[in-house]
Amino acid sequence: MSAANVVPLESSITADRRSTRFGGFNPTALRLEITRVLRNRRTLFFILVFPSLFFFIFGLGNKGARAAGDIALGYIMISMAVYGAMVGNTSGGASVALERSLGWSRQLRLTPLHPMAYVTMKVLTSMTLGLIAVVGTFVVGALNGVHMAPQVWLMSGLAAWACSFVFAAFGLFVGFLFPAENVMQFVGPLLAVMAMFGGLFIPLSQLPKGMQTFAMYTPMYGVGLLARAPLVGGATVWAAGSVVIWTLVFGAGAMILFRRDTARV
Amino acid sequence: MLAIDLQNLTKRYGDVTAVNDLTLQVAPGEIVAFLGPNGAGKTTTIDMMLGLARPNAGSVAIYGKSPADAIARGEVAAVMQTGGLLKDFTVAETIAYTASLYPTSRPIREVLERAGIAEIADRRVGKCSGGEQQRLRFAMALLSDPRLLILDEPTTGMDVEGRREFWQAIRQDATRGRTILFATHYLDEADAYADRIVLIRNGSIVADGTTAEIKNLASGRRVRATLEVDNVDDLRALEGVIAVEQRGDSVFINCSNSDIVARYLLTSTAARDVEISSQNLEAAFVALTSKDATLATAGRSS
Repeated sequence: MSAANVVPLESSITADRRSTRFGGFNPTALRLEITRVLRNRRTLFFILVFPSLFFFIFGLGNKGARAAGDIALGYIMISMAVYGAMVGNTSGGASVALERSLGWSRQLRLTPLHPMAYVTMKVLTSMTLGLIAVVGTFVVGALNGVHMAPQVWLMSGLAAWACSFVFAAFGLFVGFLFPAENVMQFVGPLLAVMAMFGGLFIPLSQLPKGMQTFAMYTPMYGVGLLARAPLVGGATVWAAGSVVIWTLVFGAGAMILFRRDTARV
Repeated sequence: MLAIDLQNLTKRYGDVTAVNDLTLQVAPGEIVAFLGPNGAGKTTTIDMMLGLARPNAGSVAIYGKSPADAIARGEVAAVMQTGGLLKDFTVAETIAYTASLYPTSRPIREVLERAGIAEIADRRVGKCSGGEQQRLRFAMALLSDPRLLILDEPTTGMDVEGRREFWQAIRQDATRGRTILFATHYLDEADAYADRIVLIRNGSIVADGTTAEIKNLASGRRVRATLEVDNVDDLRALEGVIAVEQRGDSVFINCSNSDIVARYLLTSTAARDVEISSQNLEAAFVALTSKDATLATAGRSS
């Protein structure tokens, strides 16, 4: 182009360039991402309304539970918080499936965003959804007659939230496994089954012996146990190990699929 | 330093060779149309320029860097056919999100205005028309103020008005000296907006020249004569000859300068019944890029 063609609107295009920092990870993108996810009514329903609804049905609506007192109500509230955190984390991770099928991931590959930074933001978004589920359910519980010691509220909440990280990894795993827009429709029922084996809907002790043994090997077992432990006790090394091992299994699976996904090009 | 330097690029998908030993160099500031029918290898070549596909052989340099490095520094940006958008972001949020990923970026307001979508900044992406979404992709590509902008069939699916507005935005932007390469299968688009046309067919460059040269090539004439040629190379070597074909006792020659061909046929061969007809531009383009035309390369040869 000749110089006469250049409209002096502003300075010419710079040749001085630097690389992006932290692979493009930044608080603005994270904030926009979280705001966007919270706009989804379906997600909000499953992480906020659904667990509270269950709490009302199984807890307050259930004469047996009410008669059993604070422990039973607390037990149900914590279980429902864990359930909401599980759904929130899984759907946060699984959203990579939607973004891959829409071509948004491909669009992002034209920017400096490093795939690892993208996954990190997904995990943080998932954990935010999990936190909202736990806090939301606890608030509903507190307003509706759940009485627990302050440290129980805190420790249970933290355990429910932190342990649900395993489901962020699970969500990423299924998200990279199935590039389907509606992956959560298939995963939802699976989550319900896992929740049952985690003792979220009915105490595990009420299940047949064989199923109780089987439950110990499922992903929700340790999470449920640890979240309820501050209230009813019973934390075991097995439970902690279960959370760690399932996190590693899903995390490794997600990482392998993620590598394959970004290498395929 | 070259804006684009592709050396002997080859990309195979199984048994199919999508791009075959393609070499292309683009200088800074050029506006290049990558012209060819669907399936010619345009998108595959662009994917390799952007590091979205890895070549089986050959090398890619964008301003002397690897595609990944050029993208990380915001030197190259692209508007792709397939790039998806998130429906529940607004237009402005999509831009703000993308802007945050770059080390430095142009102001959000500025790129929205340059892409002509400032007035729909608060609209959800899902409610935007195809043309508006494409201008949003263009705005995203402007954020890093890239030195090279690549557009892959940017106006596919747009109506006439949408196409006109899109190109107007691109054209205004190009005045700042940005290097632009766009793929298209519309001859008129290449003609109207490019300084240089690179014609691609079956994964190889079949012609490369200024717009005028290519138009000349494509709008040439067809000479027919009764003649049995033993060696078509003599004919093919004549100035401006594009394709030579022997059919029965007739020879058909597509050329840009029919005078030279006719004079040669009448003075140096036993040709009889020489006929000269002009070709329609679109038909000539089809002939140039069809599977079995025998071609000579015009202008700047690959």
